[in-house]
Amino acid sequence: MPKSLMKGNEALAKGAILGGCTHFFGYPITPQNEIPEFLARELPKTGGIFLQAESEIAAINMVYGAAAAGGRPMTSSSSPGIALMQEGISLLAAAELPSVIVNVQRGGPGIGTIQPSQCDYFQMTRGGGNGDYSIIALAPSTAQESAEMMIDAFELAQRYRTPVFIVSDGMLGQMMEPVTMPSKVPQQSVKKDWAAVGHDNRRPPITIKTLALDPCDLEQINLRLQEKFMRIRESESRYETYRISEAELIFCGYGSVGRILKNSVDQLRHEGVRVGLLRVKTLWPFPVEAFNVLPPRCRHILSTEMNCGQMIDDVRLAVNGKIQVTHYGRPGGIIPTPEELADHAKNILAGGCQ
Amino acid sequence: MNLIYTKSKGLTDRETHYCPGCSHGIIHKLVAETLVELDILGSTIGCAAVGCSILCYNYFKVDMVECAHGRAPAVATGIKRTQPDKVVFTYQGDGDLASIGTGEIVHAAHRSEKITTIFVNNAIFGMTGGQMAPTTLPGQVATTAPQGRDTSHTGMPIRISEMLAQIPGATYVARVSVHDPKAIVQAKKAIVKGFKYQLENRGFSLIEVLSSCPTGWGLSPVDAMTWLEENMIPYYPLGTFRSQEETRDV
Ligand SMILES: Cc1ncc(C[n+]2csc(CCOP(=O)(O)OP(=O)(O)O)c2C)c(N)n1
Repeated sequence: MPKSLMKGNEALAKGAILGGCTHFFGYPITPQNEIPEFLARELPKTGGIFLQAESEIAAINMVYGAAAAGGRPMTSSSSPGIALMQEGISLLAAAELPSVIVNVQRGGPGIGTIQPSQCDYFQMTRGGGNGDYSIIALAPSTAQESAEMMIDAFELAQRYRTPVFIVSDGMLGQMMEPVTMPSKVPQQSVKKDWAAVGHDNRRPPITIKTLALDPCDLEQINLRLQEKFMRIRESESRYETYRISEAELIFCGYGSVGRILKNSVDQLRHEGVRVGLLRVKTLWPFPVEAFNVLPPRCRHILSTEMNCGQMIDDVRLAVNGKIQVTHYGRPGGIIPTPEELADHAKNILAGGCQ
Repeated sequence: MNLIYTKSKGLTDRETHYCPGCSHGIIHKLVAETLVELDILGSTIGCAAVGCSILCYNYFKVDMVECAHGRAPAVATGIKRTQPDKVVFTYQGDGDLASIGTGEIVHAAHRSEKITTIFVNNAIFGMTGGQMAPTTLPGQVATTAPQGRDTSHTGMPIRISEMLAQIPGATYVARVSVHDPKAIVQAKKAIVKGFKYQLENRGFSLIEVLSSCPTGWGLSPVDAMTWLEENMIPYYPLGTFRSQEETRDV
């Protein structure tokens, strides 16, 4: 398999092509521009279509149209652009249209900064669009994983007929790393007999819709969607543990912070401090089961993010009061250093600041 | 006995939900007849927009995709770019197209998407109960303009066809009406032409159809048609604003 040096964003774009992406629609925003720029160049070579939309609102609705007509579309954006897409994302979930949406997060709220952040954890896991729906949210922490998760995202989108988020951030997107890429990923051809492609006078017309005026109908639709989300919860949550044996404190993080924390763990273990890492790979479904296998000695979980404390809600729900959970984070586009995180953990273990 | 009139084969047998005297029904008929005459029922994908006509997929015998409010041209873009050999149309009201969806329609025209838009202008938000639209005439009463539209406060109504005709990518733009049989015949010709432009791969086509909303306007069906003719047409002149032949009235 060929190995090449590429930015996280380019790895995502390459992964999309390998994942069988047929259409890209998007609107420029930093720090994700390498994705459309790569795909504008490369996607047409594979027979795909790249189209720059006039806005994120248009982009997500183009994704909706392409998915409805049987394509494998994607879009990518960054935090405020994803905010604009929320109505469309709710429609994609409701109409069960396979699609991939990348969020290379930047600091907010508001226009904020183009520096890396994880302040969209709630945006990625709690909706933002209207209604009861959930979106699979994959959070890579390296360029390699960016490519792999992207391939996976397309597969999951088709399998469950649902939109899938890739949750990256400005640091991961901009950083260059070696990536090993398969030259081809075999794709199962999925039969899309639900797609609106013209009935060819051979079958009754198909309608793709989300309006359901009768509450009894809409209740049934909701229950059916929830049943699907439950299946996803049961089979698709992912996480990684790192040096957790005998750990008294376990860091919990994802994405860029997930990798920084590995350095903190190594540093502390080297000093003889028993810490480990639980790296969350799917923000939704959140890997609740991971918290059942933590070592019995673990007395503190430090939920660590580049924000003011969002994932901590999910960690607390998963731990259900059994272990103390606190948050450490740097909002606004500041990347915490491994030393800073290690010092904070030592302090906690010494009974200090919590 | 000679059968001289039948319902279009492009329409289902379902009874429509439209109010008595609403001209969405006439426009549906014209679109359906066009799809049948051009023999494209099986290869057409329609986009239903939010508004009174959102349920039009219950009536048109074609595959359809329901779109978020104002976004039908973007959805149609996604469909057409995925199924370039199929015929794609949007069916949008004036709240949908001329208010919330101005960005999407302008850029569908700008890119010269090979789609056809049926733009139903009834000068009001029908579905939500008769609020003011950007197309509401000066002085026209709406629930959110109870004293009549005050143009010093809300501006003059927007003329969409004239505006879109300025865009290089727009290849066919015409405004028609359905207030009397003669106008209906002209409207049909324009709709056929719009779809033909798409079939010939020429680019973006839009047919604006002036339409009545007796309920929203507070008029009887007959009075509504008269009101349309006497008030809407002077402000929204009928004709072809852009075509690839010489410009002339339809
Ligand atoms: C995002 C969003 N905003 C508002 C609405 C409410 N809404 C439904 S229909 C409509 C106006 C439609 O008017 P028009 O396009 O003129 O169509 P008509 O009903 O007159 O045929 C509005 C504002 C909505 N469904 N979605």
